[in-house]
Amino acid sequence: MNKWENNRAWLLTIPVLIIVAFSAIIPLMTVVNYSVQDIFGPGQRIFVGTEMFRSVLHDYRLRDALWRQFLFSGLVLLIEMPLGVLIALAMPKKGWSVSLALVVLALPLLIPWNTIGTIWMIFTRPDIGLFGATINNVLGIPFDHTASPIDAWITLMLMEVWHWTPLVALLAYAGLRAIPDVYYQAAKIDGASPWATFRYIQLPKMRGVLTIALLLRFMDSFLIYAEPFVLTGGGPGNSTTFLSIYLVKLAVGQFDLGTAAAFSLIYFLIVEVLCFLFYQALQNVGKGANP
Amino acid sequence: MARIEFDDVAHSYLRNPQKETDYAIKTIRNVWDDGGAYALLGPSGCGKTTLLNIISGLLTPTKGRVLYNGIDVTALPPEKRNIAQVFQFPVLYDTMTVYENLAFPLQNRRMGKIEIDQRVHEVAEILDLTAFLKHKAAGLAADAKQKISLGRGLVRSDVAAILFDEPLTVIDPHLKWHLRRKLKEIHEQLKLTLIYVTHDQMEALTFAEKVVIMYEGEIVQTGTPEELFENPEHKFVGFFIGSPGMNFLRCRLDGNVVYVDGERIKLEAKTADAAQKALGALELGIRPKYLEVSSTPVENGLAAIVKNIEDLGSYKIVTILFNDKTLYARLPEDIPAAKGKAWVVFPPQKIKLYSDGRLLK
Amino acid sequence: MKKGRKKLIGLAIYFFLLLLPIYWMLNMSLRTNADILSVLTLYPANPTFENYLKIFTDSSWYSGYINSIIYVTINTLISLMVALPAAYAFSRYHFVGDKQVFFWLLTNRMAPAAVFLLPFFQLYSTIGLLDTHIAVALAHCLFNVPLAVWILEGFMSGIPREIDETAFIDGYSLPRFFITIFIPLIRAGVGVTAFFCFMFSWVELLFARTLTVTNAKPIAAVMTRTISATGLDWGLMAAAGMLTLVPGALVIWFVRNHLAKGFALGRV
Repeated sequence: MNKWENNRAWLLTIPVLIIVAFSAIIPLMTVVNYSVQDIFGPGQRIFVGTEMFRSVLHDYRLRDALWRQFLFSGLVLLIEMPLGVLIALAMPKKGWSVSLALVVLALPLLIPWNTIGTIWMIFTRPDIGLFGATINNVLGIPFDHTASPIDAWITLMLMEVWHWTPLVALLAYAGLRAIPDVYYQAAKIDGASPWATFRYIQLPKMRGVLTIALLLRFMDSFLIYAEPFVLTGGGPGNSTTFLSIYLVKLAVGQFDLGTAAAFSLIYFLIVEVLCFLFYQALQNVGKGANP
Repeated sequence: MARIEFDDVAHSYLRNPQKETDYAIKTIRNVWDDGGAYALLGPSGCGKTTLLNIISGLLTPTKGRVLYNGIDVTALPPEKRNIAQVFQFPVLYDTMTVYENLAFPLQNRRMGKIEIDQRVHEVAEILDLTAFLKHKAAGLAADAKQKISLGRGLVRSDVAAILFDEPLTVIDPHLKWHLRRKLKEIHEQLKLTLIYVTHDQMEALTFAEKVVIMYEGEIVQTGTPEELFENPEHKFVGFFIGSPGMNFLRCRLDGNVVYVDGERIKLEAKTADAAQKALGALELGIRPKYLEVSSTPVENGLAAIVKNIEDLGSYKIVTILFNDKTLYARLPEDIPAAKGKAWVVFPPQKIKLYSDGRLLK
Repeated sequence: MKKGRKKLIGLAIYFFLLLLPIYWMLNMSLRTNADILSVLTLYPANPTFENYLKIFTDSSWYSGYINSIIYVTINTLISLMVALPAAYAFSRYHFVGDKQVFFWLLTNRMAPAAVFLLPFFQLYSTIGLLDTHIAVALAHCLFNVPLAVWILEGFMSGIPREIDETAFIDGYSLPRFFITIFIPLIRAGVGVTAFFCFMFSWVELLFARTLTVTNAKPIAAVMTRTISATGLDWGLMAAAGMLTLVPGALVIWFVRNHLAKGFALGRV
């Protein structure tokens, strides 16, 4: 769409800029300030330059957390994307059941994140949880997410898939509903099989929404904090210590503000770069979808 | 190639249709001859698209049978009927090239590679698409896209009929004519049965050999453009075809004459005979083209007033007030007309009589 | 028909699994702690509302809900008020740096909350807003305002610019046009945006917990009390958890028809 050329439009964005500047720029400056100092307590700080950054980059725990984070996000996407599309395909298309299905589907998205952690903590405990008790007592497989790293990961993945697959499904569903009926009619007349219809009509038409779902899911899983914090607290050991959890441990737990700040900036930079790459990809998809 | 027959087909979108008004298509019995070019003309919502979808098999009618060459296909899905359909908006497989789009219906029918290649090139040649075969279909102009949709139908050598659902809606006006001519060419070359849905009478009259007029879920008349103009069998046809539409006046029959608010109009004997048995209220119909208007008294002329004259270059549309009723007349350029008092003549051989909307004959 | 049934069964299984953990928490919430720890039952044999009663009668519990609802509402209002004009600017005008600013806004949606945790704490203690509703509402603007601008811009771009032009020719001023004509046109968009602001503010815990002590403490943070005080009261915790589901479920029921539309625009 052609837009009017008008630099006074800046005025309309001023409220947003003030709010976001207040919430983003000032705190970020504080972080930068911390990152170049070593703080022992109130009033006791010395300027240390880039030393914090160097120590952070050499911190093996941070590197471990980073790889863990990528592994987690990767697995999440691999499971949630196909599952979400499958659910969207199975969703009813008309009638009263649509509203009901949408509401049930969206329910997990509306639950506070630490309640999610609580739900799953209760659900998977070997003593009082349905899931934990079934695995341990009925199937006879020892399963305890507080003791075994693998069990902790399985529990976390289950929780994450349970929590966020509905978002992918809702987006995919919206994409599917936006396909006009004539495409299906044409496919019928051309004798296309259900698979061909999916491959050549539904999938290409969903490309836009699926890209958005992919970006959102990648970003949010990359920033995950509350759910593992409640469920596993980052353990057992450090096996589920993701970047955000490690960061909060450093800053609040050990009050190692300098390191935490340097870490914050590096973390922020990684996210920012990924964000930019994805934004570019998104722009290109937008162009492709509406020729 | 096929002769398509409707055997008392009726369709309702409701699950349990009760009244006649529940039906989108009211009991239709009709035959589309093999190799004919038909236009299905009617106002929006008259059931044209429903009818088309019943032919192609996208809809199964509530009642009745659909026959192709005498074989009952009512229960068959579209892909088994060998029908091609071109929709209002171009439907393409965006991720495929033009070639892949054209080959798609054949691949779905598991045809050999070499044969597919040959067919695709043949069809691309007919539609002037050869130059685009390697292009992505999504990037092309609307008319090229519509040609691809058409091509996906033509590519199947056994195609029984091609159905068009207002295919030129999204095409630029100057390309419409071009594409329509292409369709005619293809029709002459391949001798396929073509059924073309439209609400644009110009499009219907220029494209088709026979025009099928639909009104409120019924076929009210099938005929050549000339038949529709000269002999509208239904009041709606008179009204819908021609510009302006036919004039209608309530009247009372008495022997060989009718009275319109006391004014006496003479009829031909056969017109009057056909009307003797009619039960419903009578209406007289006459095309604006056949009304004679004179500014001086003439024999059989009835007094009227000319309210308005619109000069459209090659002819004039004259608005006449006749006993408080408005009539339109279409006069040739060389006949003078002036506002004010005038005399109209209803030529008896051009007068039609209608009862309950239907022509008496 | 057979294929349709297979789909339906698959979906039913998925929904069953989806609801199972929630059901389990409901089951816990209707039992006493002693009962929970002694036997594992699929449904509460002697359902009791004791846990819920405790929450509704203890002000430190139920004020948590009120606090959450207050700051979520404030946040939704602020986000909409500042985002509407900005989204209009982005959807209608070209101006120096527009694309860069738009991108910079979006990056804030993607910023790790943990990074801002400590600076926020310091910032709000410095200006004396700590432990107030407005502090949490403002902090949540960090991610909700960019989101609101993004969603609204999508809806606004769907309205043809000719409408603006006609209104200006008819002598409308920009503010009057915006309020009396334009906002009603994108009503659905405003609803969808409000829904997402509500949702993200409601589910967020990190900021809400860090920036509050007692006066504005959100329910999500109050819940952790069950862990520290007297060992672990599972029944009480489950009841509190169940209650946090209610506002979300209500909101989603009311906007269910707009939701699909918002998603269809590919924003969110």
